[in-house]
Amino acid sequence: MATIDITVVSKIFTDRKRNADVTALADINLSIARNEFVCLLGPSGCGKSTLLNMIAGFEQPSAGHVTVDGRPVTAPGADRGVVFQHANLMPWLPVWENVAFHLLLGGGQKAERRARAQVYIDMVGLTGFENHYPSELSGGMNQRVGIARALLMNPQVILMDEPFGALDEQTRMDMQTELVRIWQQHQGTIVFVTHGIDEALTLGTHVAVMSARPGRIVEIIPIDLPRPRDITSPQFNALKRHILALLRGERAEQERASA
Amino acid sequence: MIALAQLRKLDRYIVPALVLAGWEAFSRSGALPAALLPAPSTVLWAWADWLVGTDGNTQTYSGHWLADMLASLSRVAAGFAIATVSGVGLGVAIGWSRKIEVVIEPTLQMLRPIPPVSWIPLAIIWFGIANKPAIFLVFLGAFFPILLNTIHGVKTCDRNLIRAGAMVGGSERKLLRYIVVPAAMPSIFAGLRIGIGSAWMLTVTAEMVAVKSGLGYVLWDSYYFLRYDLVLAAMASIGLLGFCSDLAIRTVMARVLHWQRNTTLRGGE
Repeated sequence: MATIDITVVSKIFTDRKRNADVTALADINLSIARNEFVCLLGPSGCGKSTLLNMIAGFEQPSAGHVTVDGRPVTAPGADRGVVFQHANLMPWLPVWENVAFHLLLGGGQKAERRARAQVYIDMVGLTGFENHYPSELSGGMNQRVGIARALLMNPQVILMDEPFGALDEQTRMDMQTELVRIWQQHQGTIVFVTHGIDEALTLGTHVAVMSARPGRIVEIIPIDLPRPRDITSPQFNALKRHILALLRGERAEQERASA
Repeated sequence: MIALAQLRKLDRYIVPALVLAGWEAFSRSGALPAALLPAPSTVLWAWADWLVGTDGNTQTYSGHWLADMLASLSRVAAGFAIATVSGVGLGVAIGWSRKIEVVIEPTLQMLRPIPPVSWIPLAIIWFGIANKPAIFLVFLGAFFPILLNTIHGVKTCDRNLIRAGAMVGGSERKLLRYIVVPAAMPSIFAGLRIGIGSAWMLTVTAEMVAVKSGLGYVLWDSYYFLRYDLVLAAMASIGLLGFCSDLAIRTVMARVLHWQRNTTLRGGE
């Protein structure tokens, strides 16, 4: 049984300034099985973040429905951990309290929270920074805290919205390696939004290529390349060429339609 | 180098020392009758007697400073405490809930422009001549700055932090307690600091009119008896206490907001 089921989902926003309806997503069907790592890939404005927010429960579809483990999504919940584009850490809490924020809200004892947090702090490689404040860490380190915070809830599903978008190339590649390691070790389903083709091909078991306005899924490509993935291998480049063609073809079609 | 560092430490005393020296010289020059602008030394002499009863020159007030100070301080503390609890409580409610805002805010905004001192007649009728009208006025003065700053702090709480909180499974009450209120703390403290200033202003005003004790009462009473040295000593006492109470709030603030130390231009100052 699929963990996440998205059935003919559409999302329409009303643009008050232009007094017009904007179709952000049209007839999305997507089925994600347990332990899959699915990358939503598309140009900006294709609604990939909106789709992720609907799985998270921050937004509701205008039509169709989203279920996680068979239950319809109505609100955010601890069964779905979210890692945001910006880490969104509480600036007044040190690293370990941020990681254990879920337990703080649940009313856990301090010693227990500290011990649980340590496991995940070690997992994301932040040992020694437990008592630092977010403002004292780099962007990449803050993002690790965000990942540790999501992992600690031991969620069915982890949703990631361009979490490495603000990082420099070198840090991003390190974080990707780290994320794959954590995913292999931890097991779980990940939905990862990105606009980077290399990133999607490096991480995912599947890449869902999306088109813009209205946002639709063009193709879902299973990626069978061995890990760690070699971004210079011929197979990798063949897939990359295919995705580029998909994205370019979409754009050409749009331009023809608007001409 | 050491001499230079010591000189730096003295920086803050240069202006006060010059002002006092100039004032002393002016008062002794005889340009004005000495009684109208007593020299700092005269004020200090009167203050010393008021403080510990040196030569009894302040007559009934001799040695009474501590009692007068405590009378004012307790009014400020009581009024300010009530204003803090109600201002922060109501501010969080108004900032968080649109419904509560619509119901309560217009009334509060109507009451706000009324100067707290204009409540004095009603305060005396309702509470008589004692501590209560003064505490009531202090409350009025401190309440609005605390309330408005709390509302502002809650409303400007980063939506993404609340999303993160909802994601880890927080109920509305938990989100308020663990995200919204801590996020509003910098604004709340700004309100408290403005509030404590108003609190001293209104205690002194109330003591001049509606109470028969405290620093404000001594100030006004000395004016009737033409003891301008004691008037100035009372003014200085109020200034000193205002400074100390603000310092106390700043000390608490530095502890609570220590996480801001490296994120803002000059930390939690």
